[in-house]
Amino acid sequence: MSVEQARSDNWRRPSPRLLVLRRLEVAALALAALIAASVVAALGHTVVGLACLGGVLVLGLGAERFVSRRFHAWGYAEREDDLLVRRGVLFSRLSVVPYGRMQFIDVTAGPLERSFGLATVRMHTAAAASDARIPGLERAEAARLRDRLAEVGEAQAAGL
Amino acid sequence: MTGADGWRRLHPLSPIVRGGRVTIGVGTVLLLSLLAGGRGARDSVPELAIVGLVVVLGFVSWLVTRWRIEDDDLRIESGVLRRQSLRFPLSQVQAIDIVRPGLARIFGVAELRLRTGGSSGATARLAYLAAHEAEPLRVRLLALAEGARKHEGTPEPEAASQEHVLTTVPTGRLIGSILISDVGILAEAVLAGLIVTAVLSPAAAVGVTSAGAVWIFTVLTLVWRRFNQEYRLSLAEAPDGLRLRSGLIALSAETIRPGRVQAVRMVEPLFWRALGWCRLEVDLAGKQRSKGEGQAERRPLRTVLPVGSRALAEELLEHIVPNRPPTQSPPPRRVLLKSPLRYPMLAWGRSETCVATTSGRIRRVTVWAPLEKVQSLRRVQGPLQRRLHLATVHVDTAGHSVHAAIRDRNTTEADRALAELSDLARAERRKKSQ
Repeated sequence: MSVEQARSDNWRRPSPRLLVLRRLEVAALALAALIAASVVAALGHTVVGLACLGGVLVLGLGAERFVSRRFHAWGYAEREDDLLVRRGVLFSRLSVVPYGRMQFIDVTAGPLERSFGLATVRMHTAAAASDARIPGLERAEAARLRDRLAEVGEAQAAGL
Repeated sequence: MTGADGWRRLHPLSPIVRGGRVTIGVGTVLLLSLLAGGRGARDSVPELAIVGLVVVLGFVSWLVTRWRIEDDDLRIESGVLRRQSLRFPLSQVQAIDIVRPGLARIFGVAELRLRTGGSSGATARLAYLAAHEAEPLRVRLLALAEGARKHEGTPEPEAASQEHVLTTVPTGRLIGSILISDVGILAEAVLAGLIVTAVLSPAAAVGVTSAGAVWIFTVLTLVWRRFNQEYRLSLAEAPDGLRLRSGLIALSAETIRPGRVQAVRMVEPLFWRALGWCRLEVDLAGKQRSKGEGQAERRPLRTVLPVGSRALAEELLEHIVPNRPPTQSPPPRRVLLKSPLRYPMLAWGRSETCVATTSGRIRRVTVWAPLEKVQSLRRVQGPLQRRLHLATVHVDTAGHSVHAAIRDRNTTEADRALAELSDLARAERRKKSQ
């Protein structure tokens, strides 16, 4: 069940708005750094200021690339008996969480996520290490996923 | 001490035993000040007042603490200002322990501890009961727990009390094993260092001793605790679970209910391997970290065999995890580039019902996890692993400290393992729920 093989499993992705959100976060940070660098340049340390400006631009572009690759790595697939979640660029992870093992599901949305109409769904099992988190789902999709997981989890519940 | 409606109190001496060292300290101070004679009764008024207050508080807390068995639950009520009523469903019980610290043994009382699988505050403590009551109560609670699980009538308590001892650890071997364990070697190094300094310059030795007193004390405590906990540890199999008994000064008797073992691990430290010794530990569910529990009680791992030969360990394993995979396969050779120290240890195998993995750098750790306990599976690939076409598959169970990881396998093998294990685990879950 490699990621390629599992393509047939009908993978879904987080909303593209998550990418917009992540890019805005990077842009906001870069903007703040740019302003600081231009202040340095204006104060007379022209060479240092310009070097900082260039550094900020390079870092910002790098961060943008990282963020977008990370966004494209997220994915989840609902199968008959378990949920697959994949994530990560540098460390790529693929989790298989059986519905029957689900202890509870929580849906969270921070202020930024909320203003974009997004939410994060997270499944908890009795094992602390299992990590199944899907960020940046549109609110309706998050609610659908939560209800579906709760329903199947109930039907297949297995004890400890 | 049975009240109306089956409510029961703890043993009247429990506040004293609970006070433990404080009780002894206060008693000694009091005795000394009386014996010193030079001071009149008037001078000891503050001490007497404190002692009086402590006694009254202890008595009040004893008075308001009561417990009873309600159907399939154990209920404990306590507290004056913050009244607390706890209800522990017996069907969720993972293990029941009877613990008797030194002071408790002097007063003939024992503590009963119920461990449930939840994540917080999941330990019910009845501290203390009369020693002769604790054992029958444990048998009764276990019987109720089994009954609650199977939805049948309560089984006969007599049937549960038959047990046969599987193994007892000889004291000589235990001492030897501690001497060459990590803690033991640390203690020996510290002592040897002290002796050498003392011989070379006695004045310096005094300075070193007083400066490092805390460290010396800590190390010695560790060694002592280990010895005390594992002294004459015996493992027995009974219909209501595995029973562990051990202790030199503080006695403990633990019962692990059948089918509650999340994973087992076998640890072979470097120096033990030369002698063919190993140690077996069992992991149970839950994040056992509740308030008011000491270091010793917090450990979620139960040592089943403190030290023994591999053959003995295999024999015990047969009782704990049956159908273990007979062989384990080594990883591809290129893993040597990634983790040279781990490479010689790495291996994994599976049977229809169980996964086995071996890992470790200096000590060798083998983990067996029953597939019916698998909570989730994860395949992880780091940057270096990607370059070498390797991947790791983690097998997560609800245990706290033992983790089975199939490290550094060929990507294709890891993918196959992930698919196979999730299918097998599903089959096991189905089998269990039917």
